[in-house]
Amino acid sequence: MLDKIKNSFDDAGKLSLFTARFFKEVFKWPFQLNEFLRQCYVIGYKSLPLVTITGFIMGLVLTIQSRPTMSKFGAESWLPSMVSLSLIREIAPVITALICAGKIASGIGAELGSMKVTSQIDAMEVSAINPYKYLVVTRVLATTIMVPILVFYADFIGILGGYIGYNVHGNASMYSYFTNVIEHLEFLDILPATIKTFFFGFFIGLIGCYKGFNASGGTASVGHAANSAVVTASLSIFIIDMLAVQITDLFFS
Amino acid sequence: MTATPLIAVTNLRKSFGTNEVLKGVNFSVNEGENLVILGRSGSGKSVTIKCLVGLIPTDEGEMKVFGTDVAQLSYQELNEIRLRIGFLFQGGALYDSMSVRDNLSFTLKHHSPKLSNEEVQTRILEVLENVGLAESIDKMPSELSGGMVKRTAVARTLIIKPEIILYDEPTAGLDTITSREISDLILAVQKKYKTTSIIITHDMACAKSTGNRIMILKDGVINAAGTYDELEKSSDEWVRSFFI
Repeated sequence: MLDKIKNSFDDAGKLSLFTARFFKEVFKWPFQLNEFLRQCYVIGYKSLPLVTITGFIMGLVLTIQSRPTMSKFGAESWLPSMVSLSLIREIAPVITALICAGKIASGIGAELGSMKVTSQIDAMEVSAINPYKYLVVTRVLATTIMVPILVFYADFIGILGGYIGYNVHGNASMYSYFTNVIEHLEFLDILPATIKTFFFGFFIGLIGCYKGFNASGGTASVGHAANSAVVTASLSIFIIDMLAVQITDLFFS
Repeated sequence: MTATPLIAVTNLRKSFGTNEVLKGVNFSVNEGENLVILGRSGSGKSVTIKCLVGLIPTDEGEMKVFGTDVAQLSYQELNEIRLRIGFLFQGGALYDSMSVRDNLSFTLKHHSPKLSNEEVQTRILEVLENVGLAESIDKMPSELSGGMVKRTAVARTLIIKPEIILYDEPTAGLDTITSREISDLILAVQKKYKTTSIIITHDMACAKSTGNRIMILKDGVINAAGTYDELEKSSDEWVRSFFI
């Protein structure tokens, strides 16, 4: 038990040093632009199908599930704005980030873990190529930028799914539905939700890289790194979300 | 052969937790020389050469490479020294997401961004021809045999024209014929590129054919050193047991 507590503190300390090194390396020249763009493509573009499907289902299911309750209170006309607010403020950022934690953090953890145990990272190091700058900085920056974009996209697809869900038992035109959505949206609904997605993206990339970089031993450690990256990144998303909601409540309510 | 030591290691010590692996290792390697390090598994052979390139930090001791103590260098300074050293990993450590061509061009382009694509391709072809792998230029590492992986790894170290090459078990896991080919390649590389080498091996045929001098590590210190013929006739039974 004591060992587990000690290891947790040890891990937290190492992660802090890893984070500090990211901020040290990110401002150093040269910037690995090609690798960064490649990672944006892998992380962003290749996640689109998954985000499209989940985003659409989120909006559709939320609308269909909420309709009976809203009808009871005669507030069916509020359904588009309620669904869009729920999606934009909470559901789309958290669910999309969790999907990214599952897909991206595990992928980065496994890729870097595999490179670590097969000495590819050491090979980069002895070739005088800074592996931290090439592998970590590019991936963390890519997740930090691509996750918010994916969340915006999920918001839109989710609202579109909501429109289709609304029309299962209703008959609204796309114009009136979207007018209803936009009329009830405020800048402060979007801003805090957007800010937190940058943090989600940053931690997804950072934790994936940290777990992969610290894989040790044989091939079993690659699986462990991937698994541990998903668990830790998912947990961090909930913690960041909780903090973000508290801060938003404090300053914007 | 001149007698200028390119590598001089003095009182090198390294522990992992309570396990003291190196307990004061001393040796030097002259320019143009091939030094073979023998020893049982876990005796610290690989740790020694990893310390030389700063992959493992040392606890104590001085490691002069090109006259500079690598343990005292900043990251930037260490990288300048690393550019003059090639390191062949036991498993080859090829970047498995890149083809043979990209494995070579990655390092070259990184350090010589002003080279034109044509110049890069010429250099890659030249090095691959030297290791006999020109026809495999567009293969992925997963499509290569064990011997080809080692050859590609040698080519990748040669692309930056190193003055020193450190070989970590270059013939491990290879059949007798391929092992002989890799040993011949080490000698050919030394002749063509005028390199100085440290070769870690368990393969006595490789040690005999490639080493000018052999050193045996035991219990964290150098137990014996000399030429192959001298050590084969050593009065120490343990030393002789390597040559049976």
